[in-house]
Amino acid sequence: MTELDTHSRVKISNVSRRGFLKGVAATGGLVLAAQLPMVKGALADYPTGATAMPNGTVNNPKVFVSIGKDGIVSIVAARAEMGTGAARTALPMIVADEMEADWARVRIVQSPGDEKAYGNQDTDGSRSVRHFIQPMRQCGAAARAMLEAAAAKKWSVAPSEVEARLHEVVHKPSGRKLGYGELAEAAAAEPVPAADKIKLKEASAFRYIGKGNVRIADLVDITTGKATYGQDVMLPGMKFAVIARPPVVGGKVASLDASAALKVPGVEKIVQIAPTPAPAKFAPLGGVAVVAKDTWSALKGRDALKITWDDGPNKVYDSKAYRAQLEAAVKKRGKVERNEGDIDKALASAAKVITAEYYAPHIAHATMEPPAAAARMTGGKWEVSAPVQSPGQARDDIAKAVGVKPEEMVVHTTLLGGGFGRKSKCDFAIEAALISKDLGGAPVKVVWTREDDLRHGFYHTVTAERLEAGVDAANKVVAWRHRSASPTILSTFAPDPKHPFDIELGLGFVDTPFNVPNIRQESGEAQSHARIGWFRSVNNVVHAWSIQSFIAEMAHQLGRDPKDFLLEMIGPARIVDPSKSVTTKWWNYGEPAETFPVDTGRLRRVTELAAEKAGWGKQLPKGQGLGIAAHRSFVSYIATVVHVEVGDKGKITIPRVDTAIDCGYCVHPERVRSQIEGAAVMGLTLAKYGEITFKGGAVEQSNFSDYQLVRIDESPTQTNVHIVEHPISVPPSGVGEPGVPPFAPALYNAIFAATGKRLRQMPIGDQLAT
Amino acid sequence: MASLRVNGQERSYDGDPSMPLLWYLRDHAGMTGTKFGCGVGLCGACTVHLEGEAVRACMVQMSETAGKSVVTIEGLHPKGEHAVQIAWRDVGVPQCGYCQTGQIMQAAALLAKKPAPTDAEITSAMAGNLCRCGCYQRIHAAVRAAAKGA
Repeated sequence: MTELDTHSRVKISNVSRRGFLKGVAATGGLVLAAQLPMVKGALADYPTGATAMPNGTVNNPKVFVSIGKDGIVSIVAARAEMGTGAARTALPMIVADEMEADWARVRIVQSPGDEKAYGNQDTDGSRSVRHFIQPMRQCGAAARAMLEAAAAKKWSVAPSEVEARLHEVVHKPSGRKLGYGELAEAAAAEPVPAADKIKLKEASAFRYIGKGNVRIADLVDITTGKATYGQDVMLPGMKFAVIARPPVVGGKVASLDASAALKVPGVEKIVQIAPTPAPAKFAPLGGVAVVAKDTWSALKGRDALKITWDDGPNKVYDSKAYRAQLEAAVKKRGKVERNEGDIDKALASAAKVITAEYYAPHIAHATMEPPAAAARMTGGKWEVSAPVQSPGQARDDIAKAVGVKPEEMVVHTTLLGGGFGRKSKCDFAIEAALISKDLGGAPVKVVWTREDDLRHGFYHTVTAERLEAGVDAANKVVAWRHRSASPTILSTFAPDPKHPFDIELGLGFVDTPFNVPNIRQESGEAQSHARIGWFRSVNNVVHAWSIQSFIAEMAHQLGRDPKDFLLEMIGPARIVDPSKSVTTKWWNYGEPAETFPVDTGRLRRVTELAAEKAGWGKQLPKGQGLGIAAHRSFVSYIATVVHVEVGDKGKITIPRVDTAIDCGYCVHPERVRSQIEGAAVMGLTLAKYGEITFKGGAVEQSNFSDYQLVRIDESPTQTNVHIVEHPISVPPSGVGEPGVPPFAPALYNAIFAATGKRLRQMPIGDQLAT
Repeated sequence: MASLRVNGQERSYDGDPSMPLLWYLRDHAGMTGTKFGCGVGLCGACTVHLEGEAVRACMVQMSETAGKSVVTIEGLHPKGEHAVQIAWRDVGVPQCGYCQTGQIMQAAALLAKKPAPTDAEITSAMAGNLCRCGCYQRIHAAVRAAAKGA
């Protein structure tokens, strides 16, 4: 990551590269004027991690806003929309509200990948609203000031006499009005106001921010089939390609006989893609591409390929054997990642030591849209259309792979049919560009099938965890030792360090806020044999599951109510600072701790709120139970209570889920509810079914037959979302990911309450069947 | 040369008779509202109506469509205002949206047969359509809302 100082985070945009906007600008508007980067720092109410992200943020209305003579306001969405509603709805909505635009007359324009122009575009880490609410408010407020200034000049009145109100500027004394369309050209000629002259709206004047009254930007297109995802891209004269990839990471073609494939009607060419030695980052796995006139011919051609593979060293990867290695690793002392007090002494002198081990396997993202990308080159200019989460970085990666400068590569971000971290990795887009290059720049779309998706992913890591707690004679917890072993994401980027790095450690492991005097977190050695990636909420999934399961286990052993005991473990409301006891560096989701501290008061509050709303303590029939879990992730606080009924043969029914979320100021409550409802379903899928296994180095699963997702008939009947309300002075924090981690432990704890069976393995699979 | 009707329009086809309707619609007819999700009839993203029945377009070969009528999401309603589409918007169902055209086609087929289904009938009818974002609660609510208005 590039470190930028606070003064350089606002970047000058390069309009010349943004040819796509010329059409918008041609109608007259705020777009073609000189670039006036706004000085920031003084304007920001609070610091965020946005400044440390590559290319920071941009708040210039001349970059993000254009107004047509017809009054249509076009607002640029520069980040990727994968379903949270942040990129194409919430952020433009913030701009629209601040500039007093009528949402009904706003159009969203998706930018290409270009971080120098738009700021950071890496749509990941539940960061969009957290990092961009401030610059987008400034952007909208500046645009409003420019419209007001233009109107004041037209009327030759003092600027103080005019006010922007819902898509027009009003001269207050006379009641005269000018619409935004009428003002567009003059406003475009206005200078962008200096940072200290920008006046943000009072929250009481918001029309859309905080209301949840704005529908998602693509709602009509989605419900009529007009929305374009990566799989849907069609270019004139386009060919279709599917690829046979090495079943084992690092494998390569030993021999190829494509003669039968080339005889399949419609098949036009075979293109070999070279593998990249590890660490390969997002480089394609390599393999053999079949290019055809349509997808079906390409698929038939691929079936007819005769390939023998040289699997390479990862052929040894076997999930069963590997599990034993991980479990052995957490039984012995590991690398100390955080230490407070004297753990050995505290455990040795404890009146009672409670121990439990947990195991969670690899999981695959299984976005409903399998990866796909289209590429072409015309006159030396490359274009790739793809559902990429990080279009700016994808542009650099694709350009490098093709051997051109980033300036010669345009990456169009389509809608993403789900992302969840998979589409942060642009291997599929690089594949499309490489095949097009082989075809002399001819347009080609690479289609991944579901089998390709499940077998050639960037998998959520596999983890063994061992937790030990020492309790004194008065049943007070005095020691907490947590060991975790899992192959690291870093192995995808660098020579495998065999231990997690600071970002992974910060994901619910070394940042535990428990009120225990002796704390130790250790990581065990774990070598990677697959492409390890990040999956929605990343290591939080496993850490929250093991920790919150273990706390419920401790409560049971100590004869305590799980909710009361959880609150006792969290302890009194206070700020916890893990940086003092973390070995290397405490990673706080990239955020400054002064803005986003670990606040146990907020964790307590969501715990109490979820419990209260769920009717914690109520009597339930036999075979039913409530479970609770609370977790801080992506600097938000979430607690979930699951009500489960375990029936014949372990059939799980979930009549109700109550989740309380504290995500700071809530910009779009309706979308927050939607995210948390969805997180319960995804949480249930990973708890119940999610498991990718390797044998002989290759993934064993193939499709939704053996990699099941929860369906509507087993989904929670009712998920209630309780949002802790805050004024805008409390910075918004993550929403997309935090809903997932508490679900699985709440469910496992509910199952224990219902049946007395404590499960310590994910997924549940058939563990309840007997 | 076989012919089929897609959204009321006659079309002729003389290609591979084993090609799934899915790829005909997407790659040849350019109707990408019918989505590719699994290719084996397990996710429902490619649900269309064949002679009024909800089917998975990935499981229907072109040879089976000869002389038949296919309705896709593009042809469900001339203005995109079928009761199910309206309910989907009012309830705010979609997140990423990718599976939603298949969900809508499935729901529309259900309501065409059973204008006032029970909750259990809704759940059962929609159980073949996967949604990875997890919009099921709202999918159920939207089908219920459309049923009331139907």
